[in-house]
This record gives sequence, C-alpha cells and structure tokens, in this order.
Amino acid sequence: MKLKQLEGLLGSLEQFSNPKIEFEQYPTGPHIASRMLYTAENSFGDVSDKVVADFGCGCGTLGLAAALLGAEHVVGFDIDADSLEIARDNADELEVDMEFVQCDIRNLSWNGQIINTIVMNPPFGTRRKGADMDFLSVALKVVASESVYSLHKTTTRDHVRRTALRDCNARSAEVICELRYDVPQLYKFHKKKEVDIAVDLWRFVPQGKQ
Amino acid sequence: MRLLTHNMLASNIKGVANGFPLKIEVGQVVEKHVDLNPEFLKNMFAKLDYKVLVEASKTMGYADLPEQAEPSMLESEDFLRKLNHALLELHLEEGALVCPETGRKFPVNKGIPNMLLHEDEV
Ligand SMILES: C[S@@+](CC[C@H](N)C(=O)[O-])C[C@H]1O[C@@H](n2cnc3c(N)ncnc32)[C@H](O)[C@@H]1O
Repeated sequence: MKLKQLEGLLGSLEQFSNPKIEFEQYPTGPHIASRMLYTAENSFGDVSDKVVADFGCGCGTLGLAAALLGAEHVVGFDIDADSLEIARDNADELEVDMEFVQCDIRNLSWNGQIINTIVMNPPFGTRRKGADMDFLSVALKVVASESVYSLHKTTTRDHVRRTALRDCNARSAEVICELRYDVPQLYKFHKKKEVDIAVDLWRFVPQGKQ
Repeated sequence: MRLLTHNMLASNIKGVANGFPLKIEVGQVVEKHVDLNPEFLKNMFAKLDYKVLVEASKTMGYADLPEQAEPSMLESEDFLRKLNHALLELHLEEGALVCPETGRKFPVNKGIPNMLLHEDEV
C-alpha cells in the first residue's frame, strides 16, 4: 500500500466525539500516523506478519494503520470504553481485524513475549506529569519483545532518552524524525484554534531481545 | 477476543501472585475466518503457552487440538489449520475472564474484555 493511500484511509476514520480532558484524548492525525507506521514497516520490517499493540489506542488510528499494512494480530489498549467503541466501529468500517482491551496501562499484567511491536501516542503528560513515561516504561519493560514506536514532545528529548536507556533498560533509543502535531482546540484552556507542537517519532529497542 | 490475546493477559489485582491464565466463562463464541499464515503460526508456537491454549479452546467448544504438541508438528498442514482456528478464528464475544486466584470476574462485552480495576484492587 502506498503512503498516500494509507493516509487517505486513516483520514476517513471517526475520531473522539466527546474528548475527555483527563485522559488527554486528541487524535493522532492521519499525516503522522501514516508516516509512523509506514516507516516501521518499510525501514524496519516491524509490522507485516507481526503481533502489534497500540497503547492508548483511542479511536484506533495507529493500530488500524498496522492492520492495513499487514500486521497479523493487533491489540489496542485504552482506559476509555467510549473511545474503544469508536475504534471497533472504525475497524468494521475498514474491514480489518483489530482486538481491544479496556485497561489502565499503568497496571497492566502480562504473560510472555508474544507482542513484537508497540505503536503508541501516549498522553503527552500535560494533564498528569509523567503519563508519557509511564506508558514507555510498561511498553519497554513488560510488553514489547522487539520494538516500540512512540511520539514525545521534542522539548522532552533528553529526558526521554535518559529515561528510556537508564530507567527502562532500552537497548537503543533513536529519534527517527521530527513531526508537527496539531492538537486541535478541544479544550477551553487552549486559547488558539490549533496548537501546533513539535514531536519526535522515536524507535526504541527493549533489552535482551533482538 | 481471540485466544491469542487470552494467551497474554493476566489478572493484575494487587496481591495476586499468579494471575495467569485467566479462566474463561463463555456467554457467546463467534468465528471469523483468517487465512492460513504458516510462518506466523510457527513464530507464535515458539512463544505461546500451548497448554493454556488447549484448555481455553476446549472451554470455547473446540476440542480438536492435540493435548501435546512439538515443533515438528508444524510441518503438518492439518495441525496448522487447527492452530490457526484455535488461536485466531475463535472469538469470545460475550462472557468473562476470571482471576485464577481471587475469582474476580472481568466482563467481556462485544468482544472487549474490561480489565479495569476497582480502587481497592490497585
Ligand atoms: C493522545 S491520545 C492517543 C490517540 C490515538 N492514538 C488515536 O489516534 O485516537 C491518548 C490516549 O490514551 C488514553 N489513555 C490515557 N491514559 C491512559 C491510561 N492510563 N491507560 C490507558 N489508556 C490511557 C486516552 O484515553 C487516549 O485515547
């Protein structure tokens, strides 16, 4: 599938109808989501025929992109039942298989090494400090066996690298590219219509694996 | 929820030492076709807990998987089909996952397990 085609399909997905401020629910836009998964597949071979998890999947954009690129089994995790319902409808609409689990990522319990790749757009931690690092820690230490792709604010780059390598035992932490992220004006405290922030697309490799 | 997902989820209640595997309570099972992908199944076989899969698929009403399996069986298309069916085609649509230690039930509605904990379980 071509990048443009993937971006087009993702652009047609339903997004949060009533975003919940406490969970930092803003959609990962089709531009970013398509590039993220396209790179994971075409530069690293981390998607097709793999088991992929989408942490904080919201309406499912990243996980569905993985399914469209040929992931064999995709599981989306989110704390919010309303988002998961939208995500499931999006999967039906695209006619791809994606599984969902409602849970709080911070206390996820896990067995084995079945998940190859994690893709995620964690809460940036603007509501609850450290939310993004909680996600990263569970992804690297508990669940992923081969790679983790994640988005973090560019202003936190040094902190993310240090946390990944030192506290989460990552074997490597690499910024693949810098992207512009439009956080739409969903919430009253955003004064401008859209807040355009710089984010890094990271690829981490967990310890003790390939 | 596919049984491949069941094979990785564990009960996360505070104080529970052995939350895996979750027991399955069946309300409704649905089947959805998945094309056979032998390479994928071979990779999965090396990673999954086969015994847990056999028990889970029996609970879901599918008893054709052999009790014991070894890697050499992955050359048999017949075995691969059974594995494919148990792992990817069977879905728990309604029912519950049950913590093996405490008996706490995690409901499964429209195929989505709810693993959220109550305040006193975190
Ligand atoms: C920035 S959004 C990601 C949106 C998603 N990638 C999409 O395109 O719809 C963050 C998501 O994480 C979820 N979330 C926040 N805190 C969570 C937690 N502790 N456990 C699980 N999910 C959480 C939110 O509900 C939200 O859907």
